[in-house]
Amino acid sequence: MLYREAGQFKSSYSEDQQIFPIRQDRIAVVALLLIAYLVMPLVANQYWLTAILTPFLIFALAALGLNILTGYAGQLSLGTAAFMAVGAFMTYNFVLRIPDMPILVSFILAGLCAAAVGIVFGLPSLRIKGFYLAVATLACQFFVLWVLQRVGWFTNNSPSGVIAAQKIVILGYTFDSPVSKYLLTLTIVALMALAAKNLMRSETGRAFMAVRDMDVAAAVIGIRMMHTKLLAFAISSFYCGVAGALFTYCYLGTVEPEAFTLDLSFRILFMIIIGGVGSILGSFLGAAFITLFPIFLNLTTGWLAHTIGIEIPHAAVSNLEVIVFGSLIIFFLIVEPNGLARLWQIGKEKLRLWPFPH
Amino acid sequence: MNVAFFFEVLIGGLLAGVMYSLVALGFVLIYKASGVFNFAQGAMVFFAALTFVSLVERGVNFWLALVITLAVMVVLGIAIEKVVLRPLVNQPPITLFMATIGLTFVLEGLSQLLWGSQPHGLELGIEDVPMEWLSKATGMNVSQFDLFAAGVAGILVASLALFFQYTRIGRALRAVADDHQAALSVGIPLKHIWAIVWAVAGFVALVAGLMWGVRNGVQFALTFIALKALPVLILGGFESVLGAIVGGLIIGASEKLAEVYLGPYVGGGIEGWFPYVLALVFLLFRPEGLFGEKHIDRV
Repeated sequence: MLYREAGQFKSSYSEDQQIFPIRQDRIAVVALLLIAYLVMPLVANQYWLTAILTPFLIFALAALGLNILTGYAGQLSLGTAAFMAVGAFMTYNFVLRIPDMPILVSFILAGLCAAAVGIVFGLPSLRIKGFYLAVATLACQFFVLWVLQRVGWFTNNSPSGVIAAQKIVILGYTFDSPVSKYLLTLTIVALMALAAKNLMRSETGRAFMAVRDMDVAAAVIGIRMMHTKLLAFAISSFYCGVAGALFTYCYLGTVEPEAFTLDLSFRILFMIIIGGVGSILGSFLGAAFITLFPIFLNLTTGWLAHTIGIEIPHAAVSNLEVIVFGSLIIFFLIVEPNGLARLWQIGKEKLRLWPFPH
Repeated sequence: MNVAFFFEVLIGGLLAGVMYSLVALGFVLIYKASGVFNFAQGAMVFFAALTFVSLVERGVNFWLALVITLAVMVVLGIAIEKVVLRPLVNQPPITLFMATIGLTFVLEGLSQLLWGSQPHGLELGIEDVPMEWLSKATGMNVSQFDLFAAGVAGILVASLALFFQYTRIGRALRAVADDHQAALSVGIPLKHIWAIVWAVAGFVALVAGLMWGVRNGVQFALTFIALKALPVLILGGFESVLGAIVGGLIIGASEKLAEVYLGPYVGGGIEGWFPYVLALVFLLFRPEGLFGEKHIDRV
C-alpha cells in the first residue's frame, strides 16, 4: 500500500526518464540526504563521525568505482587499492608542489592521474579476459606500490614513506573538525554517486553492460571495444583515486604506501560482492556492511565476555573474527549471490503487494 | 660478466621456480577439474604445513604426522566440496572465486586458532646449504635443498601424470576436466570427483608447504606464496600442468636474473612485481598463457 507506482502517471518523456521514477524513491532519497546532512552531524559523536561514517562514505566511493569497472563493465580488477594510492599521493604532491593549489582541484587532478594509470593497466583488458585479467591487475597493485615506496619524489623524500595530509582549505574555510570533514566527504560522495547513477543510465553505461554481458556480441553491434573498456578503467580509477585522496585527507590524516595493500583491494571487492555487483546502491550497502561488521563482532565478543564470563584471549578473538568474516562471505554468496541490493529489490517487490500475498 | 655467477643465479632461479610450480600445481588441478580459481591454495599450503609441524613438535612420529596431515587435508577437501562448492554449482566463476577468498580467511584464522601464530622451524633432514663439491669444481653455489625440492616436484608431477593417465579415477578426472556435462552423462559422479580433486590439491599443498616450510619457516607469510604462484599460473595457462612447471621455471629464472642484473639500476626489490609484468607481456602475445586452452568466442 505504501510503496507502489499505481496512480503515478507520466505525462512527458522527461518525467518518464527521470532518475527515480517512483515518488516514494524520491522521498526516500531526499529524506536520506536530509538525515545525512542535518541529523547525523547533530546526533553522531566524534567516534561515530571519524571511525564509522566518514570511512563508510569513502569506502562506498571506492566500491562504487570498482563496481563501475567490475559490476557494469565486467572487468574483474584486484588493483583498486593501487588506484586509491595514486589518488592519495598525487593529491599530496599537487598541494605540496603547486603554490595556492585549491584542494578540490587537486582532488580532481589526482583522480585524473589515477585514471591515466588505470588506462595504462587497462590496456591488457583488450587482449585478455576473466581471471587472466584479474591476475594481470595484480601487476598494477604491486608495481604502483613499489614505485611509491622507491621513488622519493612521491613521498617528498620522507624517510619512513609516511605523508601527512595538508590542511583542507576551501574558500578560506578550514575543514579540520570531524563534522566538517564528514560533510565534505558526504558532499563529494553524493555528487559522484549521482554522476555514476546517471552515467550508468546513459549510452556509455549501456555500452559497459553490453561489454559485460558478452563482449563479442557488443563488438558486433558496433560498440567500440577499446574505447569502452578503457573508458571503464578510466572512470573507475578516477572514482578510486578520489576515494584514495579522501581516505588520506578526511579519514587517516597520515598515510604510507603500505596502507594501500592487496588487503584493501580485497576488502573493496568484498563490499561490491556483498552489496551487489552492478548496483550503485549495492556499493553503499556493501561498504556499510564491511565497515560495521568488525565493530559489531567486537561488541559481540565483548558482550559475551562480559555477560557469560567467557574471557576469550585477544589472539583468539582476532582469529575468530577472521573465521567468521570468511564464513559469512561464503554464506552470503550461497544464500544471495546477487548481494544485499538484490535483497532490497525483493523487499521492494514485496512492499508493492503488501499487505496482500499476490 | 662472471659466467659462473650467472649460472649460479640462473640455476638458483630455476630451482626456486620449481618451488613456485609446486604451489601453482594445486591451482591448476582444481581449475582444470572444476573451473574454480581457488584462491585458497596458499592458505591450504599454510594450513597443511602448520598442522604437520605442530604435530611433529608435539612428539608425533614424522611419518605418522605426515599421514595424519594428509588425512586432515583429504577431509578438508571433501568438506570444502560439500559446504562451499556444492551449493554454488552453476554460479558464475567470479562468485566461486570470491567464495574461495572467503575460504582463505577461514583457513588462515582456523589454522592460527588451532596451532597458534608463532613461526615454526621445519627440518626434513636435508640442510639448505650449498653443495661443497660443486662450489669447489665450478665456483657455483647451488643449495642441495633446492635440488631435493626439484626432485620431489619431479616425482610429484610424474606420479600425478601416472595417476591421471592410468587409473580409473584419473580417467574420470580428465573426463570431468574436459566437459562437466558429458562426464555426468556417461555416469561419472561429479561430486566425488570434485572431492577427490580437492583432496589431491590438499596433498599437493602439503608437499608445497613442507618444501616452503623448510625454506622460509612455517609462518603466516607462507600464505603469500599463492601470490608468487599467480604469475606462474597465467604465464603457463590455468589449465595446464605442464604450463605450471614451465611457467614456474621461466618466472623463477627471470625473476632472479632481473633482481640481480636489473635490480641495482632501479633500486631493488623488483621481485614483487617483475613476475607479474613479465607474465603480462607474455599474455599480450598469448592471451591464454603458454599452454592454456584456446577459447573461441561465439555470439
